[in-house]
Amino acid sequence: MNLLTILDKLSDDKFFTTETSRLGSLTSLSNFGKKAAVAALPLGLGTMMATSAKAEITAAPSFAPADALTDALQLALVLEYLEDEYYRVGLAKAGLIPANDRVVFQQISKHETAHVVYLKAALTSLGTTPGAKPNFDFTAKGAFDPFNNYQQFLTLAQAFEDTGVRAYKGQAGNVASNKGVLQAALQIHSVEARHASKVRRMRANKGWIELKNGGNMPPATDAVYAGEENIIQAGYNTSTLFGAAAGSASFDETITGAQATAIASLFFA
Amino acid sequence: MEKQIQVSNKGATLDTNRRNFLKLGGVGLVVAGLTLAGCRDDNYQFVEDPVFDLGKGDVGILNYAYALEQLEADFYTKVVNSFYTGISEAERQVLTDIYNHEVIHRDFFKAAITAATSQVLPKLEFKYDGIDFKSRTSILATAKALEDTGVAAYNGAGKYITNLDYLVIAGKIVSVEARHASAIRDLINPGSGDFSGDDVVAANGLDVAKEPKEIVAAAGSFFKTPFTWKEQGIG
Repeated sequence: MNLLTILDKLSDDKFFTTETSRLGSLTSLSNFGKKAAVAALPLGLGTMMATSAKAEITAAPSFAPADALTDALQLALVLEYLEDEYYRVGLAKAGLIPANDRVVFQQISKHETAHVVYLKAALTSLGTTPGAKPNFDFTAKGAFDPFNNYQQFLTLAQAFEDTGVRAYKGQAGNVASNKGVLQAALQIHSVEARHASKVRRMRANKGWIELKNGGNMPPATDAVYAGEENIIQAGYNTSTLFGAAAGSASFDETITGAQATAIASLFFA
Repeated sequence: MEKQIQVSNKGATLDTNRRNFLKLGGVGLVVAGLTLAGCRDDNYQFVEDPVFDLGKGDVGILNYAYALEQLEADFYTKVVNSFYTGISEAERQVLTDIYNHEVIHRDFFKAAITAATSQVLPKLEFKYDGIDFKSRTSILATAKALEDTGVAAYNGAGKYITNLDYLVIAGKIVSVEARHASAIRDLINPGSGDFSGDDVVAANGLDVAKEPKEIVAAAGSFFKTPFTWKEQGIG
């Protein structure tokens, strides 16, 4: 592998995501150092390399390996299992969800159930056995009481939906090798965003995330919003026109598979 | 190479992306060269009737997104410059926020494409036949159509993007469009399942994805300035 190929690999986010899921944070950190080193090259040198590297990528697209694809789908399946069970239990709990709001959660629940079915079928079609549903503890070991307290039910619903949006986005590089899966993942991703906007609005929040403020959320959900305050997109400062709140809200941010798993595992029994 | 690996990560995102823009810039130059060569024989006509072609590869996708964001930004600019009769404070807030986001998206694409290639879609003009900017019903229905169209467009275009950094950017924008769509739908029909209604989310739980050709056909009545996208069979 020559230098330019290495540089190209380092420039692809999915490379890091893959490494992160395999080898843990140490590898991830060291890779980030390498990436930063590349970025810090003098401009002229970077230009020369970029031009040559382009030819390499055109000749042999370096997509993430096939198991990165199925790993991404397994992660998505865990998140959908979590959401699916959460809404089904909530809807089944007498007196929890006010009559006027049931239609909202019936709609969301229907979609999460369909997402579980879809992802299982996708994994099976790729020759991979779908992971089993984890056992969930939606109290997070006693920290929450969502099935007896409707405000907490809404709070966690918002956290799950906003997490889902970020997690799907974070897997884009891992599923890009399969155009069918990529498109389906995008189509699920936007449904999660529709849900997130609605649940946020039910909690008297805006449908979009300004800065890293989830909107009247407990500190336990800080990880869901960390990084959402980003205002630099591909070098463009989104705060220039209308300030940082609008700028940050106009782009949602990703989270890595490791970050998504860390959030979800708060709710594993 | 080994010696260069121990530097601060400050500015990593920006510079990495600049590298990718430069990479794309190379593609753009090639495309521009081909266009020029192709037009050599009828250069005269080209000058008289300069219909812009969105381009090939990622340049085409970026210009496509830029065209759609120009449309959304233009529409909401008209909306906020003269709100419809009897607008509520909550609706004013939602529409103002969406206006801000769409203008930011538009300017982002202009900056991003300009940094990557000389083949930048010019400022487009739009027309709004049959839309009554004084009518809540008309404006919210148009906003809903535009946001749903944006979602379907990004969902359908993702697979054509080759640069993964651009794919992630598209993902960052499309979820905001979906948040908008949900909020607008909620204003139109509160207390319903319309925020992610059965008209846009299929029984398998998937949102709409449309090919560029379908999107341009559907939104074509808004575009006063013509453009082509030969790579996608448009024009």
